[in-house]
Amino acid sequence: MTVPTNIDLPPKTRGLTAIAGAMSLIAVLLIVQIWLLSAALESFLAGRHHTALPAAIFSGLMFLVCFGLYLFVDRVDAEVRHSDEDRQR
Amino acid sequence: MNWLRRSSSEPLWKEEFSVRTADERYVTRRQLTKFLVLTSFGMFVGNLWILVRSMFSKAPSYPQQTVARLGEIPVGGVKLFTYPTKDDRCILVRTSENEHVSYSQKCTHLSCAVYYSQEDNRLECPCHKGFFSIADGSVLQGPPSRPLPKIILESRGGELVAVDIKTS
Repeated sequence: MTVPTNIDLPPKTRGLTAIAGAMSLIAVLLIVQIWLLSAALESFLAGRHHTALPAAIFSGLMFLVCFGLYLFVDRVDAEVRHSDEDRQR
Repeated sequence: MNWLRRSSSEPLWKEEFSVRTADERYVTRRQLTKFLVLTSFGMFVGNLWILVRSMFSKAPSYPQQTVARLGEIPVGGVKLFTYPTKDDRCILVRTSENEHVSYSQKCTHLSCAVYYSQEDNRLECPCHKGFFSIADGSVLQGPPSRPLPKIILESRGGELVAVDIKTS
């Protein structure tokens, strides 16, 4: 009995798995960003202004990672569509 | 800009409103990913807004205001006043013969009014049992995470004058 690998799966299924993985990572980063924003706001309202810069930098980095994951999702999506179109021809 | 190009030769309406169920699921996940990334951008903008406000906010200057005469309050006594505006309630406590302390009366947890407990020599919030030190306004117990803002007092010509507010 051979265990099916990811290569054996149809491209659409592989694409969905990749997108689900990327989505999970984005969701985790988003939760951290929400926490970071609330902590920075709390600190700002308490009169502590020195936390704003590191919070903005880390939030920006997390957004860049999210954007990178979105580009990855977009690329996977394009590849799956092209493979579908090729098969239909 | 290869990564900004549309992903398929199909028209947009065909991509976004697919007839097949499997494709629809695919589109939904992609749209959710877009939405999550947009929300992430919103969080980043929020942090940038806080940064800009922090950079351009000036240190507030407070007016000088007479709050009580020396000897007006007995030892262990309390006087309530407003400072710096009429909406900002404060509490003045005479802790000893020659010592007065004053704090904002607004609890740093959920803004209930704190009162002075002479038996325990501390400021107490009746809403959620937050206790503050009478010496420096620091949190002794309870849900508040920040100390009470301290009103800086000066003694001038037999009067106590509020000159500044010190936050932690």
